[in-house]
Amino acid sequence: MTAVYIAAMAITTYLIRMIPFTFFTKKIKSRFIRSFLYYIPYAVLSAMTIPAIFYSTGSMLTAAAGTVVALALAFFGLPLIVVALSSSAAVFIASLFIR
Amino acid sequence: MKLTFRKGMYDGIPIMLGYLSVSFGFGILAVKCGLSVFAAGMTSLTNITSAGQAAGVDIIAAGGTILEMILVQITINMRYSLMALSLSQKCDESFTPVHRLIASYGITDEIFALCASQEQKLRPSYMYGMISVAALGWTSGTLLGAAAGELLPHSVSSAMGIMLYGMFIAIIIPPARKKLSVLVTVIMAALISILFRYVITALSGGFAVMISAIAAAAAAALLFPVNDEEGEQT
Repeated sequence: MTAVYIAAMAITTYLIRMIPFTFFTKKIKSRFIRSFLYYIPYAVLSAMTIPAIFYSTGSMLTAAAGTVVALALAFFGLPLIVVALSSSAAVFIASLFIR
Repeated sequence: MKLTFRKGMYDGIPIMLGYLSVSFGFGILAVKCGLSVFAAGMTSLTNITSAGQAAGVDIIAAGGTILEMILVQITINMRYSLMALSLSQKCDESFTPVHRLIASYGITDEIFALCASQEQKLRPSYMYGMISVAALGWTSGTLLGAAAGELLPHSVSSAMGIMLYGMFIAIIIPPARKKLSVLVTVIMAALISILFRYVITALSGGFAVMISAIAAAAAAALLFPVNDEEGEQT
């Protein structure tokens, strides 16, 4: 039964990605839609991150420490992996003091 | 530099490392929900999506229906349609339908973000290189987490919960610093998302993210329409 669930999950997720990528290949003429598609990734990632990031560690205080570190390092343009690992390290260090 | 398979693999290394640690957390979660180590690994290999998988194993644990599974995946993962549509505009002519069918498998938030930020048109080999290292990291991290996650102290595994969001921040902040239009988009999306979390709480998380993103991007498109070059995200 677990295999059926996983298959349903995988097929649904694949189709969501595949249909627009494979069948909408013509250049979009509408300036509004092109602008919309340009902004959508930033909007999606921002909406996914805030406020969910504050609930990602089990403690709002440690999560806030991780968020501040991530924002500061990202502001100076450090690589993805450095920002992610430092943010996680900040949460760990903060949890030593808070718990 | 040409966007070759090797360049794709190279650019994909940070994604792979990030995925290794994030999917470790998913592996722990999947085993808690009653999946075997193998089933957890297969879930990651066939889906490569964080939020959708986390919701999926919850449904498996709760014994939900297949229909529920499909609807929840559509809701949470609908953002990939927008990303796929956006990337689809950026492919070069060597991207035949067969290549598109294969590369669709690997359109994730991070792969999308890196591909969208390339200055050149996308080639299939570049995406394949990036997808293969990312999928390797995502699947092996899951297997490790599922097999050994319980051995980690709680403080370490909960600190890993923030990694994915740390990556998202690292993707959106540098362009937001350079362009006012992106900064406004990011702030609008965050504010609407907060509104859904604390004020209008009737919507599920996946729907709330979708609507927040669509509203913010549409408003930004009206306020700051892009010119031709930007529209292709060059």
